[in-house]
Amino acid sequence: MILHELISIELLRVIWWLLLGILLIGFAMTDGFDMGVGALLPFVAKSDVERRIAINTVGPVWEGNQVWFILGGGAIFAAWPPLYAVSFSGFYLAMFAVLAALILRPVAFKYRSKHESPRWRSNWDWALFVGGAVPALIFGVAVGNVLQGVPFRFTEDLHAIYEGTFYGKFLGLLNPFAILTGLVSFGMLLMHGAAWLVVKTDGVVAERARKIGVWMGLVALAGYAIAGLWLSFGIDGYAMVGQVVVDGPSNPLHSDVVREGSWLAAYGKRPWIAIAPVLGFLGMIMAIRGLRSGGEISPLLWSKLGILGVISSVGLTMFPFILPSSIHPTSSLTVWDASSSQLTLFVMLVSTIIFLPIILAYTAWVYRVLWGKVTDDEITSNSESVY
Amino acid sequence: MELDVVELSRLQFAMTAMYHFLFVPLTLGLSIIVAIMETVYVMTDRPIWRQMTKFWGLLFGINFALGVATGITMEFQFGMNWSYYSHYVGDIFGAPLAIEGLMAFFLEATFVGLFFFGWDKLSKVAHLVVAWLVAIGSNFSALWILIANGWMQNPVGAEFNPMSMRMEMTSFFDVLFNEVAQAKFVHTVSAGYVTASVFVLGVSAWYLLKDRHIELARRSIAVAASFGLASALSVVVLGDESGYTATHSQKMKLAAIEAMWDTEPAPASFTLFGIPDQEDHETKYAIHIPYMMGLIGTRSLDTVIPGINELVATAEKRIRSGIIAYDALLTIRSERGAEPQEVRDTFEQHSADLGFAFLLRRYVDDPRQATDKQIVMAAGDTVPKVWPLFWAFRVMVGLGFAFIAVMAYFFYLTSFRGMQFPRPALWLAVFIIPTPWIAAEMGWFVAEYGRQPWTVDSVLPTALSVSHLSVGDLLITLAGFVTFYSILFIIEMGLMIKYIRKGPHMDVEMTDEWMDKHRQQLRKSDRAVAGAVPAE
Repeated sequence: MILHELISIELLRVIWWLLLGILLIGFAMTDGFDMGVGALLPFVAKSDVERRIAINTVGPVWEGNQVWFILGGGAIFAAWPPLYAVSFSGFYLAMFAVLAALILRPVAFKYRSKHESPRWRSNWDWALFVGGAVPALIFGVAVGNVLQGVPFRFTEDLHAIYEGTFYGKFLGLLNPFAILTGLVSFGMLLMHGAAWLVVKTDGVVAERARKIGVWMGLVALAGYAIAGLWLSFGIDGYAMVGQVVVDGPSNPLHSDVVREGSWLAAYGKRPWIAIAPVLGFLGMIMAIRGLRSGGEISPLLWSKLGILGVISSVGLTMFPFILPSSIHPTSSLTVWDASSSQLTLFVMLVSTIIFLPIILAYTAWVYRVLWGKVTDDEITSNSESVY
Repeated sequence: MELDVVELSRLQFAMTAMYHFLFVPLTLGLSIIVAIMETVYVMTDRPIWRQMTKFWGLLFGINFALGVATGITMEFQFGMNWSYYSHYVGDIFGAPLAIEGLMAFFLEATFVGLFFFGWDKLSKVAHLVVAWLVAIGSNFSALWILIANGWMQNPVGAEFNPMSMRMEMTSFFDVLFNEVAQAKFVHTVSAGYVTASVFVLGVSAWYLLKDRHIELARRSIAVAASFGLASALSVVVLGDESGYTATHSQKMKLAAIEAMWDTEPAPASFTLFGIPDQEDHETKYAIHIPYMMGLIGTRSLDTVIPGINELVATAEKRIRSGIIAYDALLTIRSERGAEPQEVRDTFEQHSADLGFAFLLRRYVDDPRQATDKQIVMAAGDTVPKVWPLFWAFRVMVGLGFAFIAVMAYFFYLTSFRGMQFPRPALWLAVFIIPTPWIAAEMGWFVAEYGRQPWTVDSVLPTALSVSHLSVGDLLITLAGFVTFYSILFIIEMGLMIKYIRKGPHMDVEMTDEWMDKHRQQLRKSDRAVAGAVPAE
């Protein structure tokens, strides 16, 4: 196999960093509204038919959307094995909470309407709420912790060791900054879910979704602004020092890292990245406006833009860092020292180039087939077959 | 059993994986059976086949939800609980998992929604295509997962990189076309088909016994018996293929399954029954069938299959060689590429045995300091516990042959006896519903427990693979999974039973409409036939 040497490891690493971002953004844009709808369910829909309308807006598509998450996990494993190894074991109990919440979701969708009993149904509605709200919050909390640095270090054998406040403890994760970023993702995904409900329903459900969506958007917007300020004054950034080897073996201990300056120094070095937070603000503001002024599809599109801006702003601010270590900066994972080998990155890139367009094509087709609002009629006349 | 992180991590993985595999086989098989039924519907236009598709599709959906839910855990558990494993082999192991998502799971999950919600939104043919895409997606999913798992059993196409302290891929094609993976894939999906066939057969038999839904039940039995017979034959043949590949790639597992302590002159005998004794390295009260093991394992009369004692002796040699590799590794690591060429050469020569040096970590931090006694103990650790493997394997194989017999019998009754099923046979079909699950779980147990003490055979010991977690962390999640999964299981079974009892939803109007149309068509074609000249 000489073929894979056509693309340099340096370029492959940057491509896979971008693809990681694309997967996370794809996940937030699609499964984001499923989680948003789940978390909004008890508040936007009161009667059983209303609830079923809300649930069935995502019923046929949430399963495919969730694969963005699964694929994200698989892609991190394949392209960034040290990241996969360190982050999921480091955030052990938080990951468990996310898994538990996400396990509830498929079951809740499928089983909720299979018994008539109101208690059965209301229990599953709360399961859907948990399945949406908990991951929406924890993903943001995780990002907040990553920006502050995570307390791990590597031994010479590259065993990851965790220390400090959150080793084995869930509560250490919930520091003020992380709660703030958690609120940003929570607000953002709930606004996104509300924008989806506006597209897919009408009447009272859509009206309530608009109202709550505006508030959630404001929470995300304010949180994002405060987090930006906090990041510029209250949290130290990281920097690689000495000679930066971009095509060396993936061994985090081979590069020197110090904790100094501000994360926002990146905007001095690469001013063009300011486009990301600008899009983040723009998207969220326009989505809120659209929700208030009665826009049908525009809030969803703006909200997608907002998600794109917010997530890429985190990635671009941190570049080339992926997972900084707070207790041993040298152990920090960067784009240059935490990837797979050239061959694996190449094989994965080829697979992605083949399959991602196919996935996007059939997903688009499925959404087209399912186009249109979910109505009272549809639920009551297909009571047996819909969720 | 000690309550340490390694044992608890193993327990949790075993529990969550085996639980996941309660739902997977039915998904694999039922997706295909449902797609076959829908194909018949589209080809014949008979409403009964549409009702069958919908009814078995509904049960498929209830099962599928839990398969997906428990699959989420699997995708992330390597990182959560097996951090060093993830680092050490992620370069190879991660790729098939990611491709599984790209190629298979996306397909399956995107179209499964349309399968349930698209009946009125799609044309008949389009809906049929959707059903097949779900089935193909599920089965491709199994392919990639078994390529990943096959690599753990037979790690080809990779080598150790001392600079990044991990295994790295050298040939994707070797990983892809790993003979162990290919045999396992067909064996596993066939097991799924058998499971679904036994399920459909059993439920339909129950309807016949209760004199309900006769039309649906008889047609379902016809599908289940023919599909099931082919699958049951395939599962046994490919199981044999798996055993054959094990003869050269997983010798210790094979010897342990057969409780073959000493190397026998070829062709070796097969132990039908016996009580393996781990302490004394012998099998008591053994009943042997001469030559049979040699024939199955090597397909020849003169190839020797090594026994456990011989393999332990080999392991001891490899441990000593691994220590040399480890010593060279440390030099290479500290010199970062500036090491003398002879150190490089020494490492290359011994690097295949590096994993064996890590077996010593259980006794000593620095493998180079190990005493002879410790080396002997570590070599002894390469023998998995024999009796559970010996028996699990025999239960699985016994059930495999039983499935062939049952399916052949029902196929015979369906094809040649006008579907006259004796009541005892129907009761038998009902009672054997749980058995394919037992066989499947036994199969996984043999494959994974038989791989111990390794996570990746001869490369990485299980004890080294875990995350840096506390016993407390593990106890919390283990208790969480047990409780959570038990509740979900009870709910799932409750719904399954509820919908089986309730039976299919027969849309009578449609049936009448169809019958009218059908009669008209018959009259038309009668007239046409009357005027035509017979072809023969």
